[in-house]
Amino acid sequence: MSPWADLQERFAGALRCPERPPPVGCNGPDGLPDVKRFDVYRNNVLAGLIDALAQSYPVVRRLLGAECFEETARRFVAGHLPRSPVLLEYGQEFAAFLDRFEPLAALAYLPDVARIERAWLEAYHAADAPPLNPGALARIPAERAADVCLTLHPSVRLVRSRCAALTIWRLNVTDGPVTGPEPIALDASAQDALLARPEAEVDVIALAPGAAEFIAALASGRTLGDATECARNAHEPFDLTEHLTALLGGGWITSAHLKRRRTRGP
Amino acid sequence: MPVPHTESRRCRPDAVPPRAGVGLKAAHYGAVLEARPDIGFFEVHAENYMGAGGPPHRYLTAIRKDYPLSLHGVGLSIGSDGPLDGAHLRRVAALVRRYEPGLFSEHLAWSSHGGTFFNDLLPVPYTACTLQRVCEHLDQVQESLGRQILLENPSTYVAFATSTYHEPDFLAEVARRSGCALLLDVNNVHVACANQQWDPHRYLALFPLEHVRQIHLAGFATDVDEHRRPLLIDAHDREIAEEVWALYDHVLARLGAVPTLIEWDQNVPQWAALAAQAERAERALRAAAPSQERRRVALG
Repeated sequence: MSPWADLQERFAGALRCPERPPPVGCNGPDGLPDVKRFDVYRNNVLAGLIDALAQSYPVVRRLLGAECFEETARRFVAGHLPRSPVLLEYGQEFAAFLDRFEPLAALAYLPDVARIERAWLEAYHAADAPPLNPGALARIPAERAADVCLTLHPSVRLVRSRCAALTIWRLNVTDGPVTGPEPIALDASAQDALLARPEAEVDVIALAPGAAEFIAALASGRTLGDATECARNAHEPFDLTEHLTALLGGGWITSAHLKRRRTRGP
Repeated sequence: MPVPHTESRRCRPDAVPPRAGVGLKAAHYGAVLEARPDIGFFEVHAENYMGAGGPPHRYLTAIRKDYPLSLHGVGLSIGSDGPLDGAHLRRVAALVRRYEPGLFSEHLAWSSHGGTFFNDLLPVPYTACTLQRVCEHLDQVQESLGRQILLENPSTYVAFATSTYHEPDFLAEVARRSGCALLLDVNNVHVACANQQWDPHRYLALFPLEHVRQIHLAGFATDVDEHRRPLLIDAHDREIAEEVWALYDHVLARLGAVPTLIEWDQNVPQWAALAAQAERAERALRAAAPSQERRRVALG
């Protein structure tokens, strides 16, 4: 190992573990060790990543308050240093971390709010793609409609929550005061949200029961017929036309093709 | 205001002129597109435009149509002992092909090690071994991008006992061997010199100014080390200090006008405050002779 490889390894190790002393040979201008100087790097790493999380999860930060968010983010950063220089991707595990984060276990809705914020960010940066012209589906013969497979826009994300995470997110996503007519019943009902960015703005839509199953089935490549069955298994009644119109009208579909019928051998 | 659609990139200005530019922040996209301010160029961090699509690319495409662009990388980790991250280098190359920036710059620093990205510009000892490694990495980057890149002098907070080169000598040797150009960050000169107890004028006298193609200016924060000695932090969170403006004038007097960027990345102010800093740099640049002329005089 070259001397620089060895020193870099020790430098990185001391950045990861605040309790470790700075690497030997990392000094002040007098050639003597100086912990506060090395701490500038430790602090830059930590503060920069906490700031990156604060920018990605503004609603979680607002719900927790700056101080509590910072402490939570600090614990997350300690166990989740980035693997890539592309910080837009940093913090993907934050919601799962909150699921298991004991000090905030009482805030059952918090991980799902984080999931909505993550989905929002992913939708924002997702690839662009032109939406399907709604007229394109009209060319498909009615008797083959059940065999149609739809490609969702690359920005489409689904977030399913057992609590009122979407309502909480909506009320806190702007900087102004929270103005809800009623107190939110936190455990009132499950909420499913669709996030997508067919153009410039991220759309955040509350889904009716069954719709999440329908969209998830389409996303996994199932036909319209299969997806409708999935939706009806989850919730009756399910209005296919209404949901299809909404998907097409929203620009959340980019292409459609007919699934080949399985042909049996002679 | 509505987000602009991607448009043709024909007739756009490519070369970064010897004027003042500004680091482009998302908070100012709207103000810039609406007012089209008379700014010499814009600079962005390459890593902030590595999403697949979305509004950041739309805004940058629209702004690139009317302004020269400088692309500034913060993640290649050129000072690392280990190999460069090939996937990241390909992302940078794709961005350079897409936006055709007039300048591409990176840092004499490392930021990744063992698969971890530390999100900071970490220091490199100046030895024969690191000199060789930095030059190998620069060769690889310049080869991949098909162009000369600029390497920026760092802000440092510690000194390595193993260093055998003084920083400006190290940078001169890097530029000579690799054929890269240099980005002189005057705030980093001030910060590093204060922290290392070097004389900034002596540092600049040794600095290979003939390789400098761009200047950065930024604000710093002030702290003290364990022994109550001044410890300046390269914070990019406030106005440029008077000492840094004075060093900048000194550099311009020797070098002539070169593209100069105002960096303000934290506590980002209103557009007007940023534009005022750029205007001050622009006045200093107008007072300086064109850099070609100044070089001829220097060469005698």
